Amino acid sequence: MSIVKSVTCPVCGCLCDDIELTIEDGKVTQIKNGCAMCESKFLNYMTEHRTKTPLIRKDGKLVPVSYEEAIHKSAEILANASYPILYGWSSTDCEAQRVGVELAEEVGGVLDNTAVVCHGPSILGVQEVGIPTATLGQIRHRADLIIYWGCDPWSAHPRHLERYTSFTDGRFEASEWKSYLNKVKASVGMKKRSSVARRRGLYCESAETVSDNKPPETLNMPTHTVCVNNNPATMNKECVRTCTQGRKLIVVDVRKTMTANAADYFIQVKPGKDYEIMQAIRALVKEEELDVDEVGGVSVEYLEELVDVMINCQFGVIFFGMGLTQSAGKFRNVEDAISLIRDLNMRTKFVIIPMRGHFNVTGANTVFTWQSGYPYAIDFSLGYPKYNPGETTVVDILLRKESDAALVIASDPVSNFPRKAAEHLVKTPLIVIDPHMNVTAMVGDVVFPSSIVGIEKAGTAYRMDHVPLPLKKVVEPPEGFLSDEEILQRILEEVRRIKSQEKKGAN
Amino acid sequence: MVQQKLQVTLLTGRTIEQGVGKEAGKATQGYFESTTMAYMDICDMKKLGIKNQTNILVTTPNGSVVLRAVKYPRGAMPGMIYIPYGPWANSIVSNETTSIGMPSFRGTPAEVEPAPDKPVLTLKELLMKQFGK
Repeated sequence: MSIVKSVTCPVCGCLCDDIELTIEDGKVTQIKNGCAMCESKFLNYMTEHRTKTPLIRKDGKLVPVSYEEAIHKSAEILANASYPILYGWSSTDCEAQRVGVELAEEVGGVLDNTAVVCHGPSILGVQEVGIPTATLGQIRHRADLIIYWGCDPWSAHPRHLERYTSFTDGRFEASEWKSYLNKVKASVGMKKRSSVARRRGLYCESAETVSDNKPPETLNMPTHTVCVNNNPATMNKECVRTCTQGRKLIVVDVRKTMTANAADYFIQVKPGKDYEIMQAIRALVKEEELDVDEVGGVSVEYLEELVDVMINCQFGVIFFGMGLTQSAGKFRNVEDAISLIRDLNMRTKFVIIPMRGHFNVTGANTVFTWQSGYPYAIDFSLGYPKYNPGETTVVDILLRKESDAALVIASDPVSNFPRKAAEHLVKTPLIVIDPHMNVTAMVGDVVFPSSIVGIEKAGTAYRMDHVPLPLKKVVEPPEGFLSDEEILQRILEEVRRIKSQEKKGAN
Repeated sequence: MVQQKLQVTLLTGRTIEQGVGKEAGKATQGYFESTTMAYMDICDMKKLGIKNQTNILVTTPNGSVVLRAVKYPRGAMPGMIYIPYGPWANSIVSNETTSIGMPSFRGTPAEVEPAPDKPVLTLKELLMKQFGK
């Protein structure tokens, strides 16, 4: 038995690097510090859902073949295609992504990653107006106002609050975990009292109503009192102790999420009204008056209180998610959010960070940009990189039925694309590289099993704040298994060999 | 009065159960359970005359799918239906990319009706129905 410390978790964009694994007989048996998704990944990586051998579809059925045969078949498909798609890349390491760019250029295909159905609009928003941002370490130590807008980290990034925001002890800001527990205890007490009252017929509980969006009285309490201790050695601790109210947590969403339950203030907006609310907040930050009483389901009076809190904080941060990028307005919502941060920075210190989903989606955008100049939706069909979201984005290409082959790696588009787009993906020859038998692999034509990055292969991944972190190899992969990088490299070599033979034949 | 159909706004997104299920395997029962449900507001369920865990048919211009209706446990969300990401949700989401590549996964209109006698398709049945594979 051995214990491996400081393992980086290869699940979500948080990339928690404090995981402790117990390894027995070459298998992970215990996990310390991980969230539910982390435990699920480390404990289930070797179940029956793992692909055991390369597969090729013959007579409608996937049959086992050798790596050599699968590599040759894949290279043939890609070399003979005139407009192939190379999609995915977010759950593998930067080393494999780098080979992917080379392969896309070689076959003249379209290189796109999962950001296209995730934070692609965020990238477009950033390209419009730039982004004032920070690392999660800075936020952990300094941010006294945390706003989650259109995202639910409790469900999608379970340790985000615990490691980087409200529930972590920073150097200058204390954890709000205890006050949250007290709130939960009080809420349980209230529920018990109402339950007893209901049983005795004293009180009839009505159906829950939509949030009235009224800010609690505690929201506008000062975040810091004057620090009277001038001794540098103990100053930070004293400061924390004299705080009357620590970090504030505000959640803006269309429904009350798990994260909203933990928030000091939850603002329930109407679906698709984020842009309007943000514009209203921007006007209020600029001390303009609004001639309406309500915007997007929220009273202007309450928005004014929210703006007071934003302006009076010392270091605020907005984390945003799919609530902005997938709703009406899409990249304009993000652009507006960033513009709001710009306005707020005229009054105080504010930053903004997208809540990236897959553990290395940020890495994919970074590697693609470093190699080609563009972060996603890169079309190499003209022999040079071309980027035009809406035209070169993979969902649009599939909807227009333009592609004639596809290589999908470390993602599951058949699960996650609209049905019409997935239909064309399945109709054309489909190569899938993934450790597990996901939905895309089930309908694929060539399926490669690969070693799991971050468990069976070391590599590099970028956290959501663009900090690169090393991924560890903690166990050996099953015998004979190749990594994503090796599979791609061998397909690339085979494509080059086939093309050179074709050239010789033509001459 | 019980209604036959209800117009709602379709939202899709993450849940922790779906996240755990996808890491365990897309063919697992956990993934199936967590992606074949739809959170609804209790008042909307009463309007349709359905109870918790009753099957419903959700229809959009892009298709229809049978799912289990589950009462949303945290607060109200009237006029909304929330389906976790997965092959079932994506069989009905809008493919309108508004010229930037991103399909409209949230905020599109949908229609919900009770379907207590219709079964939720398994993953294999769904793939066979959609792609013939």
